[in-house]
Amino acid sequence: MALPVQGKAGPATGQGADQDKAPTRRGTELVLLGFAAFIVSVALMLVEANQEQQLTFRIVWYGLAYLALFGVAHAAVRHWAPYADPLILPCVAVLNGLGLVMIYRIDLALAERALQAGREFNNDVPKQIAWTALALVLFLVVLRVVRDHRTLTKYSYMVGAAGLFLLALPAVLPSAIAPPINGAKIWLRVAGLSIQPGEFAKILLLIFFAGFLVSKRDLFMAAGRRVLGVDLPRARDLGPILFAWGVSVGVLVFQKDLGTSLLFFGTILVMLYVATERAVWVVTGLSLFVAGCLIAYQLFGHVQQRVANWLDPLATYDQDGGGFQIAQALFGQGTGGMGGTGLGAGRPDLVPLANSDFIIAAIAEELGFIGLAALLLVYTLLAMRGMRSALAVRDSFGKLLGGGLSFLLIMQVFVVVGGVTKLIPMTGLTSPFLSLGGSSLLANYILVALLLRISDAARRPQTPAPRKPVPQTPIAEAGTVLVERPK
Amino acid sequence: MQLTRAGFLALLWLFVLAALRVVRSDIYAASGLRVAMPGFRKSGQKTRGKAPRQLVVTHGALAGTRISLDGRPIMIGRADDSTLVLDDDYASTRHARLSMRGTDWYVEDLGSTNGTYLDRAKVTAPLRVPLGVPIRIGKTVIELRS
Repeated sequence: MALPVQGKAGPATGQGADQDKAPTRRGTELVLLGFAAFIVSVALMLVEANQEQQLTFRIVWYGLAYLALFGVAHAAVRHWAPYADPLILPCVAVLNGLGLVMIYRIDLALAERALQAGREFNNDVPKQIAWTALALVLFLVVLRVVRDHRTLTKYSYMVGAAGLFLLALPAVLPSAIAPPINGAKIWLRVAGLSIQPGEFAKILLLIFFAGFLVSKRDLFMAAGRRVLGVDLPRARDLGPILFAWGVSVGVLVFQKDLGTSLLFFGTILVMLYVATERAVWVVTGLSLFVAGCLIAYQLFGHVQQRVANWLDPLATYDQDGGGFQIAQALFGQGTGGMGGTGLGAGRPDLVPLANSDFIIAAIAEELGFIGLAALLLVYTLLAMRGMRSALAVRDSFGKLLGGGLSFLLIMQVFVVVGGVTKLIPMTGLTSPFLSLGGSSLLANYILVALLLRISDAARRPQTPAPRKPVPQTPIAEAGTVLVERPK
Repeated sequence: MQLTRAGFLALLWLFVLAALRVVRSDIYAASGLRVAMPGFRKSGQKTRGKAPRQLVVTHGALAGTRISLDGRPIMIGRADDSTLVLDDDYASTRHARLSMRGTDWYVEDLGSTNGTYLDRAKVTAPLRVPLGVPIRIGKTVIELRS
């Protein structure tokens, strides 16, 4: 009773005849994508209405264009990853769309201010739309090229080297190509474009670590069994964690980038824990982390400044690089309150960098706690589906990679939202999919493509090799001893 | 004005609720192995309900050895710290691993020189080990029993 399955992934005929057709849930994805495009169009309409722009029919066209953009991504998923999780893409569509609307909205406000001051102003939103389109193209390429996430293990050392290279690049290059912006030396300026290679390095290093941990996991496990998981791990097993620690400290020292450093170390720590299930790694890592923080606090002025801004933003309100930004963000969130001021009716432009690092503050002001909570839930759903796929996927590399990528995403959200709401010191990361910034967008779309690939592998019904028949060694050539069932 | 504000927030939450509905209708099996769908399960699994409780060596130098299964992975190879240490020229240092996922046991070849065979098939990817099906490693044959 082999039922026809849409797409190329039909069950191999003859084998697995009892296999029922597994639902692909692609229709659900399309419906939710339509819903997402509708939400984005309504948001745009509200902004236009509240900013007293002309309400014309073109908003509908923008909405349809947005739907078409994601329709292409949907078609690609339908074709190349038919069993992928149906929730990941719509969540991304909502986040990215609301980000675009918010950036447009802040553009309007900034343009007005520039007009009053008689300055020239460049809109950011066309750039961001172009980046979104480019990111979707990259998404398609990754989905097309990585047909099976396990192939990545073959290149794990190469990928790791490339990641390290990209991470170190801005720190070594002269300031003409890699200018320090806002104190951090993490940008490359090539042909008028600002690129943040660290964003890509994060994903590459994650792939490397997943591959590395899978091949060396037995060592960790063996050591664990011997010492009952209580004693400290053997010194040579500390290698990877010390390496991760060194890289994050290097990022902190040479690039003055707190956020990436924190993100990188946290993700590696979680992957180590996922790989070994040993709490001792977390304890070791956290103590290393605390030590690193204390040393960094003693050594670097900018770290001290961030902590001072965190403890009391108003005390350093007037200083250069002081608490002005975070205090303004808090004022904005306070103005928003429970239900927000309404899209387009607040003053989010009063916060410096409102469209990139502090876009969460702008959203909290205009959508209020209720709206921000909904957005955070969308992020959580995204990460949860990633984690679920990681749990369900059948190979350990996929598990580690999926878990690591999902955690990377949600940790980034935590660090950003925590910083903006003054739960933790501000570290200067962008919120995934929302913030202005091409590199972050590109990197996050790669991340999502990999997650979709893993979820496809996880949910694909276990037909015996539906796409790629494994070359079976003929039993005679394999020199098999005849095995009898015991009587 | 107030109406549109509340309306948009409602719309956002509607999306979240719709997404959660999808999650509810699409929960993976608790074992994390397979999508749980009504009518989507291989029929004819006779061994269901009988969990393997021990690993028995049926052929080879260690024939007769029994290892009780407690859910921890079983390492097989010539390395001293293996669960089942094989003294066999045809076995590699870290030859294969048996690990439990959900209620099933899977065998995984760890890049051995001479390969691992489940029944007559060479193990190239993790394979589910049914009860009583022989796994051959070098000159040793093991199987799972309840």
